Amino acid sequence: MTVSEILDPLLTAESWKQAGRNVAIATVIETWGSAPRPTGSHLVIDGEGNFEGSVSGGCVEGAVITEALDVIESGAPKMLEFGVADETAWRVGLSCGGRIRVYVERLG
Amino acid sequence: MQLEVLTKLNAARRSRRAAVVVTDLASDDTRVVLEGEAASGPLDEEIAKAFRSGKAGTVEVEGRSLFLNVHLPPPRIVVIGAVHISQALARLAPVAGYDLTIIDPRTAFATEERFEGVELIADWPEDVLKDHPLDAYTALAAVTHDPKIDDFPLSEALRVGCFYVGALGSRKTHAKRVERLKEMGRTDNEIGRIAAPIGLDIGAASPAEIALATLAQIVQAFRRRDLVTAG
Repeated sequence: MTVSEILDPLLTAESWKQAGRNVAIATVIETWGSAPRPTGSHLVIDGEGNFEGSVSGGCVEGAVITEALDVIESGAPKMLEFGVADETAWRVGLSCGGRIRVYVERLG
Repeated sequence: MQLEVLTKLNAARRSRRAAVVVTDLASDDTRVVLEGEAASGPLDEEIAKAFRSGKAGTVEVEGRSLFLNVHLPPPRIVVIGAVHISQALARLAPVAGYDLTIIDPRTAFATEERFEGVELIADWPEDVLKDHPLDAYTALAAVTHDPKIDDFPLSEALRVGCFYVGALGSRKTHAKRVERLKEMGRTDNEIGRIAAPIGLDIGAASPAEIALATLAQIVQAFRRRDLVTAG
C-alpha cells in the first residue's frame, strides 16, 4: 500500500473487516458555519477503538469513537450532532464555532 | 453499510471511476452507483447533479431522506514531453494537489537527474497509455512540439474526454495540428477544446511562467468543469 492508501479510511475499513475485525464507519452528513471537515468526510473505527480518518479537527473524534463502539455492539446506526464547545450544552464541541451532524453505521 | 458495497466502492476508486454512495438515513440501506450506471427514477437526476458538482449532501426523494456521498478520482496531470516547462510544472503541480506523470520516449530528455522524485516514463505515449489510460479526471498537456510524440495522446485525450487538453505551439503550428487531428478522426467540437497556445494569458515568457500559466488553466478547467458538462 502507498502512504495515501494507508491514510485512506475507506480502504482501511475494508482491510480491517476482511481481517475479521468489527468496524464502524462515521460520516459527516451536514455542516453549518465553520466546520473543519467537509460533508462526506469519514472516520472509521474498529471494535478496539482504533481509528483512521477524521470528522473534525480532532475536537469530537473521542465522542464519535465511544458512540461507534455502541453501534458495533448493537448494529443500529446513530445520528450524532456536535456544536460549539459549551460546557452547559455539550460534553464535547467544536472550537471553531460550527456545527456538524455525523452518521455512524456498522460495516456489515 | 454492507462489506460488498464498500468493496465495490473501493474497487471503483482504485480504478479511477467516479462513484456515488446512496444511504437511506431512515433504513440504513446503502448502495453504490458508478458514473455511467443508470439509477432508477427521480433519484437519477440528483445523482447526476452530484457527479457534476462533486459535492456530498442530503436530498429528499419520494419522501425519503437520502445522503449522497460523491467520490471523484483525484485530478492528475499527464505531461507529454520531458522539457524545461515540464521540470517547473512537476514542482508546481504537487503544491496545488495534482498528481503528475511525465511521458517522453526521448531518453536524452527523460532522465532521472532532470526529474528527481517525479513519475517519469521514458516510452512512447502509444505504449504507456495502454497501461495508464487517460480519463475524465486527467489533464493532458502536450509540450514536445513533435507531432510524432504529441499527436496520439492529444487525440486520445479528446476521445476519452480529459477535463483539460492543452498543446504547446504557435497558432501556425496549431493550425497544422488541427488538420492532422481531423485526419485521425477527431471532430471540430473535440478539437475546439484544445487550449492552444497553452496556458492562461498572463504574458508568461520563461518556462517556469508558462508552467504556472498552464497549471492555472488546468485548475480553472477542473473547477469549472461542472458548468461545462451541465451546459
